[in-house]
Amino acid sequence: MSLQSFIDRAISPWMQEGGPADDIVLSTRIRLARNLSEDPFPLVASSEALKKVSHHVTEALQGETISHYEDLQYLALTDLSTLDTRALVEKHLISPYLFEHSSHSGVLLSANEQLSIMINEEDHLRIQLYFPGLQLEEALSEAFLVDDAIESKLNYAFHEKYGYLTTCPTNVGTGLRASVMVHLPALSMTNKLQKMIPAINQLGLVVRGIYGEGTEALGNIYQVSNQVTLGRTEKDIIDNLSSVITKLIEHERAVRVMLTKQSGVELEDRIYRSYGTLKYSRLIESKEAAKCISDVRLGIDVGYITDISKTILSELMVLTQPAFLQQYAKRHLNQHERDEKRATMMRERLTLENDH
Amino acid sequence: MECEHCHERPATLHFTQYAHNHKHVQHLCHTCASDLGLIEANDHYPIHDLLSDLFKMNSALANNQRQTSAQETKVCPTCHMTYTRFVKHYKFGCKDCYETFTSELEPVLKRVHNGNTAHVGKVPKHQHTHISKQQQIKVYRDQLKSCIESERFEEAAEIRDMIKAFEQDETNRGGDE
Repeated sequence: MSLQSFIDRAISPWMQEGGPADDIVLSTRIRLARNLSEDPFPLVASSEALKKVSHHVTEALQGETISHYEDLQYLALTDLSTLDTRALVEKHLISPYLFEHSSHSGVLLSANEQLSIMINEEDHLRIQLYFPGLQLEEALSEAFLVDDAIESKLNYAFHEKYGYLTTCPTNVGTGLRASVMVHLPALSMTNKLQKMIPAINQLGLVVRGIYGEGTEALGNIYQVSNQVTLGRTEKDIIDNLSSVITKLIEHERAVRVMLTKQSGVELEDRIYRSYGTLKYSRLIESKEAAKCISDVRLGIDVGYITDISKTILSELMVLTQPAFLQQYAKRHLNQHERDEKRATMMRERLTLENDH
Repeated sequence: MECEHCHERPATLHFTQYAHNHKHVQHLCHTCASDLGLIEANDHYPIHDLLSDLFKMNSALANNQRQTSAQETKVCPTCHMTYTRFVKHYKFGCKDCYETFTSELEPVLKRVHNGNTAHVGKVPKHQHTHISKQQQIKVYRDQLKSCIESERFEEAAEIRDMIKAFEQDETNRGGDE
């Protein structure tokens, strides 16, 4: 397979479109947790009961048009190889949790991969919608349409007082997790983000790195999402998130301007060194790769680099993940081999760019 | 200090093991330690552990020991989730658990959801028409209020009529359920 067609498979079609504030916001995600009324939650369900749920749900939704997402396709995780399943995790179409609980679980996907509905995750249904850039309102109203359409076919577990019932009480009520993925190189570089995080937490929001372990954020990519799901309307939840994101965007842009003015040469040097590393290295670890990719993307955004497309950041962050590298190599790779493959992949990706 | 295993990354984890009166020290980086199975790859404190700790604190305070035996035998009639298992994972087995463990649930909901214990958002339209209408009326009332406050009276009149129509509809259907 050519690299181009491999990339096309690795990158969901919706990711290739631009969106509002996409110099900083990579994507917006809405997730709704829902359970069926008559069945035990996956945590305690027997494999018979799990089978019944996945059968019931796929029967109702597979091949159907839900809102304007046509012909949903069902992937049962047991039908996929481990590597293919991991690749779905790396594309964020399924959660690591689903990967670990793969018997009787699966995912319904729309053709553009914007809508994914996980079945038998921690809850019976996890409805996820992705939008490029900052589009919380659009994503929420779209998610409501999808939710209404599903609810006309399946009975949800709903409580007059507690709202939508979920396995974990941290999701009860709206079952809504709204998250925005942001690239904040300037705020991270200047340590300003660390100072802002406690204030953001006080508003009931969580900031975390989406690549890398613990609090470390590889590639300066962070996910900001709501923690509170009960006692606030969905609209309030996204308005709160939206106002914080707007502030983050303002600050990030201001610091970028300050950096280019005050330490232009240093910044330019850092960006071009990273560009050089991506272009010429023969072995590269994921951490260094993420740093370089982030620098190059910043270089594009502030106008130093003009011959590379913006999508390179989200694209390479997915492509250089272990499962994708191994899919590309078509075999198992140990860490050293992955570092080599990663370097090759990035060199080839940049050559592709220069050919355009 | 560099990692003894890969000799590339700095050693960030230090393991000391005692076997046969012999002390064995290893200095490793995070990647190698997880490759060697010495630590879990995602070694962070899971939220439900935190919750169940909070919860234990709560019940200990509230119950002052004695009452616990009655609580501990509590079992959800539908999915047979036991009190002990619920407290351990702080997760529910089915929709009826929310009723079974309701007294244990409230204080924790308050902590997790900023003092909130009741849902105010979306309602399933098809199954819960009644609540959904009530909520719609509430939304209209809020809009009406803000219209009046900002002196947009024409809009306010329209909204008032909509509320009337809605309420009329509700009383007409009143006997159905």
